[in-house]
Amino acid sequence: METTTPTNEASSAQPERKRGRLFAWFDRRAGLRALLHESLDEPIPGGARFAYVFGSGLLFIFLSQVITGVFLALYYVPSADHAHTTVAYITKEVLAGSFLRSIHAYGSSAMIVVLLLHLAQTFLYGSYKGRRELLWISGCTLFALIIGMAFTGYLLPWDMKAYFATAVGTNIASEIPLVGDWLKRMMRGGAEMGTLALSRFYVAHVFLIPAAIFALVAAHVYLFRRAGAAGPISEDPINPKQNPERFYPRQVLMDLGFSLLLIAALGFLSYFVPMELGPKADPADTQFLPRPEWYYIPVFQWLKYWPGGRAIIGILVIPLIVIALFIGLPFIDRRLERRPWKRPVAGGAFALVFLSLVALGALSYRDDHGDPGLVKQLAKQREETEQFMRAPFEPELMGASPAAAPADPLVTEGKALFEAQSCSACHGEGGEGTAAGSKLIGVGAKMSPEQLAGLLRNPTDKMKDGGMTPLTIKDEEIRAIVAYLNSLK
Amino acid sequence: MKSETERTVSRDRRSFLGVLIGVGTVGVGALLSIPLVRFALHPILAKTTETAWSDLGLPDDFASLASPMKRLIKVEQRDGWRRIISEKSVYVTKGANGQLRVLSSICPHLGCSITWNDAKTQFVCPCHVGVFAPDGALVSGPPPRAMDELETKVEDGRLKVRHQYFRQLVSTKEVLA
Repeated sequence: METTTPTNEASSAQPERKRGRLFAWFDRRAGLRALLHESLDEPIPGGARFAYVFGSGLLFIFLSQVITGVFLALYYVPSADHAHTTVAYITKEVLAGSFLRSIHAYGSSAMIVVLLLHLAQTFLYGSYKGRRELLWISGCTLFALIIGMAFTGYLLPWDMKAYFATAVGTNIASEIPLVGDWLKRMMRGGAEMGTLALSRFYVAHVFLIPAAIFALVAAHVYLFRRAGAAGPISEDPINPKQNPERFYPRQVLMDLGFSLLLIAALGFLSYFVPMELGPKADPADTQFLPRPEWYYIPVFQWLKYWPGGRAIIGILVIPLIVIALFIGLPFIDRRLERRPWKRPVAGGAFALVFLSLVALGALSYRDDHGDPGLVKQLAKQREETEQFMRAPFEPELMGASPAAAPADPLVTEGKALFEAQSCSACHGEGGEGTAAGSKLIGVGAKMSPEQLAGLLRNPTDKMKDGGMTPLTIKDEEIRAIVAYLNSLK
Repeated sequence: MKSETERTVSRDRRSFLGVLIGVGTVGVGALLSIPLVRFALHPILAKTTETAWSDLGLPDDFASLASPMKRLIKVEQRDGWRRIISEKSVYVTKGANGQLRVLSSICPHLGCSITWNDAKTQFVCPCHVGVFAPDGALVSGPPPRAMDELETKVEDGRLKVRHQYFRQLVSTKEVLA
């Protein structure tokens, strides 16, 4: 039963227009007002700031990735046979295809950039302090998942760089003691990189990791709202004292402004410098020099310094220590002090990690540009990519008659009779079936040759109603047709 | 430090910003959906300039044609990112004035394959006994029109034919897209 209050409300406030009444109707049923209040009136101690836009920006690019990803799946086929052709089709033929693919591919870089900005802001502002351990850990997990999205998505176009970069990436995993080799075969779906590896990466990229990201984004936002916005560095992160401002409208406007900037930058880049596709992966190529995306370059360079027996230290021990320190940050750094200049150890560590990554990137650049052999090979690869991009789209050719000639002469004769007697008119070429006649492929498994011969001579009433005419040909010819029917599998 | 009331934006300004955000979001959203719509509708919007002409051989091969001759042609079709080649059978025959005509072997009645009966010198559709003259004209039976003639041309000295499908059960020849 309805309460009387809404009716009174409507009649007492007579200027209330239709829109207001409709809103009230929805509000009574869905609780819109409470929902809006909950999402828009979140207090931000110390007021709205541009420093807080990165979280919303990340969510926005993630949504863009989901939308463009779903659209790309309209044409993409995750199989080693067709993946490269379908991506070439998207890039070279489909309307707006190059643009959408570029938005998606550059979007992964944008994700990493904004993720690093979000992380740097959280770190410098000390926003992980004050009962925010779970919030921090959920954020770290999202970081790992986004890196996983970049890694799995990179293989999908199945061009040279995708293939060889992923071959290296999965080889690194095999260096892990005990489980390494198993892990590599698990990711690749075998010892070698083939179509099963592509399927696995596809499933991880479009089903598993996105589902985990959705769940963790929900947890991250929930934990954020539960702890409350941390506010500026001068604020007490547990009991904020500064005057709060609501999320809506100024912070919403800033967040949307940043998102608009991001999509404008992505759109501009995608339109004027579209993402390229290289030649199809050729596992037999021994010359190709794989170079990972820019965000993996420091790690790529790092691995060069850990040859042979020491590799385990560089690949496993040191990264594990760094990851443990990173995840454990809010447990280790328990002071509530947030001003960066009063946190020399944390600030120093941050600067050290950041500068190391930049230095590793610079060293990698120097290595690639110092060796004339490498420079030449990398230039050749760029040239091959550009050559492939200039070439018109080449559709994949599907064979006319896959099994050109069946070996058994009786079958060959039967096939000729099958066509001469117009059986194929209704039952289709090769007995594949049409609207007018049933499919004959596999009929030999259901009936004996005698039964088939009998039906050819004397079709059932049901068959006759369907248009089947009795065959009045020689017995040898019937035998030939039956042999042909039996060969249809 | 400002008080809470000063910090709170006035109600009018809030609703103005609300409209601004709403209009802005819808506008940008509409702009962004243009490439998405074009992308999804590509198979419908894109013009297919390809006209599949199949090779039939040299025109001289058919100069001394006494009776209709069955030929298998290869028809190339685009299917998205694939190119499919399928085999179709056509009849090469002569018209009343001796000009070459290429006939589709598909019966205009219900789409069965028409066969050439050498003994009776006529085309017969085995399904419902439609009978056609050697030049494809309708003689008797349920088919509503003559056998369908296919478009031909001579290119680089070779006879080419365009295989098309036509609507069945109607008395006029209508191309099916």
